[in-house]
Parts: sequence; structure tokens; C-alpha cells
Amino acid sequence: MINIWEVNETNKMVEQENLDVRTITIGISLLECIDSDLTKLNEKIYRRITTVAKDLAQTAEKIENEYGIPIVNKRISVTPAAIIGGAACRTPEDFVTIAQTLDRAAEAVGANLIGGYSALVSKGMTQADELLIRSIPLALTGTQRVCSSVNLASTKTGINMDAVRLMGEILLEVAERSKDRDSVDCMKLVVFCNAPDDNPFMAGAFHGVTEADAVINVGVSGPGVVKTALGAVRGESFEVLCETIKKTAFKVTRVGQLVAQEASRLLNIPFGIVDLSLAPTPAIGDSVADILCEIGLEYAGAPGTTAALALLNDQVKKGGVMASSYVGGLSGAFIPVSEDQGMIDAVQAGAITLEKLEAMTCVCSVGLDMIAIPGDTKATTISGIIADEMALGMVNQKTTAARLIPVIGKGVGDTVEFGGLFGYAPIMPVNRFSCDAFINRKGRIPAPIHSFKN
Amino acid sequence: MEQTADKVIITVVGKDVVGIIAKVCLYLSENQINVLDISQTTISGFFNMMMIADMNRSTKSFMECQKDLDAIGEEIGVSIRCQREEIFEKMHRI
Repeated sequence: MINIWEVNETNKMVEQENLDVRTITIGISLLECIDSDLTKLNEKIYRRITTVAKDLAQTAEKIENEYGIPIVNKRISVTPAAIIGGAACRTPEDFVTIAQTLDRAAEAVGANLIGGYSALVSKGMTQADELLIRSIPLALTGTQRVCSSVNLASTKTGINMDAVRLMGEILLEVAERSKDRDSVDCMKLVVFCNAPDDNPFMAGAFHGVTEADAVINVGVSGPGVVKTALGAVRGESFEVLCETIKKTAFKVTRVGQLVAQEASRLLNIPFGIVDLSLAPTPAIGDSVADILCEIGLEYAGAPGTTAALALLNDQVKKGGVMASSYVGGLSGAFIPVSEDQGMIDAVQAGAITLEKLEAMTCVCSVGLDMIAIPGDTKATTISGIIADEMALGMVNQKTTAARLIPVIGKGVGDTVEFGGLFGYAPIMPVNRFSCDAFINRKGRIPAPIHSFKN
Repeated sequence: MEQTADKVIITVVGKDVVGIIAKVCLYLSENQINVLDISQTTISGFFNMMMIADMNRSTKSFMECQKDLDAIGEEIGVSIRCQREEIFEKMHRI
């Protein structure tokens, strides 16, 4: 039987170490909504989402109460809108109506965010894909809850450099349109290489075409729990360090697994995956950078950071896969800047640069995340940063992403406030040398030789 | 057919006063909730008690019990939590 120490340990994780379930995300296929009539399409999308997800908020609340574990976000991911809207949309404005419908539907069921205003263009763009991409600035500024993602590259297809070039321009346009709010809408847009079909985390969640009609994916969190556990083994060997991370990751993931199964049962929607990611928040002690410091670095970004992060990421996975039979999504350590107080401190101390963050993305689960850059950064430079990140993912056969925020009217030395869980970010300097001639070449970068495995 | 157990964990944390366990147990017995195990300790000067109880025959719903226990806790000046057992079972047992 469970003993008092175990009960106290669990409750301490929740009360003092910020253990929570970061998100329950319902993935909903919208393929059945496809219609060549735009009005009918929007009606079907609204009906489908508000039917499948109608009990999402109440169910999350019930689980929260019964188990005493906070569930921070209730979210929805849908089939990439470029696929759904292809038959009905003739202009970017047509696509914007879909974004508005998604926004209304998410609000109606009490979902915090809805992802899937997306296009998958790793090899080429259809006309619909391009229309959707061009509609992103309008869609994001005209909605509250809609998140957008574009898959620009994959190990199997290479990098679609025409789309990379376009996304540099689009990102600046999103920034420009929300410049009176510190270009905050850029937070709702992310570009990927090897985007997973079952990611529950925003802004990159979408319901892949390989998925069933509806599915429950859960993202756990718990950097604070890992940090506290490591505090008890200071100065011990790497073996002890790794064992401690694994055991902690196991415990955290089991909570996610339980919540996922319970949500699946109550909503009568199949369970998909648990995403093992360590997702930080700006709350004190809920930081991945603090874990790196606990491992032995003065600041995240110091020499040894990449190795420490590689170790952390690997142990989190090893502990996590033991705890759940179906692990997926991004599953690793997130290293966003603005959402992690330890990372913000590292930037302010001059310990970490964009280039070091890029190196870290080779060994962690996602990529350059929530990084504020000067608003006068050129579109081609943004595309260059994106292309580098895509190349890392393509060659290393992993997911990488970029969520950059060019803050119009602000430069290095300024700080931007995003609010709530999104935190704040000091604007980071960007390499000023040009990559214009490289980005302006047409076409795509071919898939790497080691992708040919057939 | 024998009904399966519906186990919950009740934890009480706070300053020690006379009759904490008595009050909680009285409430549980009034509502047909069977106590399966009980243990207590003092952590950094705080009273710490855990009960495993079976709500299978409970006359009140889980949510009602949670609310009532919360109110009792407030009355005595301690924090009382009521959670389903699975979260602990899953986390600490393979």
C-alpha cells in the first residue's frame, strides 16, 4: 500500500515544485469537413470541433479535482488548414475565415489555444499551401487562440528553400501587424523540420493526416521536480545524476499517462501519446536552465551546456519511455528563452547567444524557441536563421523548429513583455552579415544521403 | 458480486490540535466511508496525517466529500486534501 512518504513526495511536487500537466490536447480530424463551398466548410468545421471537444474543459477540471494535479491548458489541434481549405479557398482572405471559425470554436468549448492553421510544404507548396501561408499575418492578428505552423523541411524531402524565403517575409509581416503590442502575434507562429503529427504543444500542434478521427495527447511538465531531485545529489557521479533524472522523469510521466488515460475514458476518445517534454514556465524554480545550473553550470550557455543538455534530454526520455507505452510528440527538454527565468537570466548576464542556443537545439527536443530579435532584422536574415535550424533537423533526423519574434521598433538592450506563461524576453543580437544571395536562390536543398534507407 | 474498492487518499497537514483525527473519522463514518489505513508523523513541526479510505459505499459523491473535508479543515485550521489513490499508485509503483 502507498505510504505517507510517497504521498507527501507527490503532493510536494505539485505544491512546491510546479509539477503539472501542461496540456490535454484533443486532436480532431477535419478531413470529413472538406467542401468546395466556403460557408458550408466553415459551418462543418465549427460543428465538428464543438461536438468532439464539447466536454474538454469540464473533463480537465474533473481530473484536476480528483487527482489534485493542475492541468494548465486545454487545447485542440486540427488537420492542417491548407488541406481542409484547399477546395474552397481562392484567396488568403478566404483562409482567414477558417482561422476565425477555429477561433470561435475554441472559445465555445473553453480551449485555451487551437493549433493546425498549418501547411506541410517540406518538398513543395500547393496553391492552397501558399495561399494559407500568405494569409497567416491576417489570420493571427484577427484571432485570439489560433496557432499556426509550417513544416518547411524533412530528412526525407530536404528543405523547401522557396518556403523558407517566404516565411522570413511572412514573419516580419506578422511582427509588423502586431507592432503596437510588441509583435506578440509572432509567438503563435512556428516553423518546423520533421514536424510530428501528434504534438500536443503549441504553437506547433496540428492533427496529422496519419491520425485517427480524434485522439487525446497529453503533455506533462516538471522542470522544477527534476531540479529539486538533482539538488539532493550535488557532487555525485554522472551515474547517480543520470539515475536521478530517469527516476524523476518516470514519476512525472506516469502522472501524464494517468491523466491521458482518464481523459480518454471520460471523453470516449482514444489515447494517442504522452509527450515527455520538460516544459518550463517563468515561475521561479520551473526552469530548464536551472536544471543545467544544478548539473554544474554557472549559467546556461557556459561551456559544457550542450553536453549537459544532451545528457538531460536523453535521461528524460529513458525514464519517460518506461512510464508510458505510447510516447510521442516532441518529447525532450524545451529551451525557450522568454518562458524560462533561468534562460532570461543567462541572456541578461551575457552567458548565452543565439549561436549557442542553435548548438543546443542539436541535442534537445525542439529548437530556437521564443527568442526576441531586433525588429530591423532583414527577412533574408530571418530565413537564414530558419534555414540553419532546418538543416540541423534534416541532417540529424530529428524535429527542429524556430519561433522567432522580431520586435518592431525595438533593438538589443530592450526587453519585451509577453505576459502570463509566456514571460518576457531581452532582445538578442543577430549576426549582421548578409546571406541574401544564398536565400534568394530558387528551389530546394535535396535530402541528405543518409535519408535513403530503402 | 463483491464491489471493487474505490480508494482515496486523505491527507491532513497543519498545526497539531486536539481531535483532528477524531473529526475527520467522524465525518467518514457518518458517510459510510471505510478507513483502510492510517499513519501520521510530524514534519518540521507540522502535523502530517494520511488515510487510505474506501469510498465504495459512500453516501456522498467524491466532489461533495472533497468540499466537506475542505470545510472541516478550515474549521480546525489545517489543510485537508482528498485525492484518488491512482495518482500515487501510478507514480510510485511499477
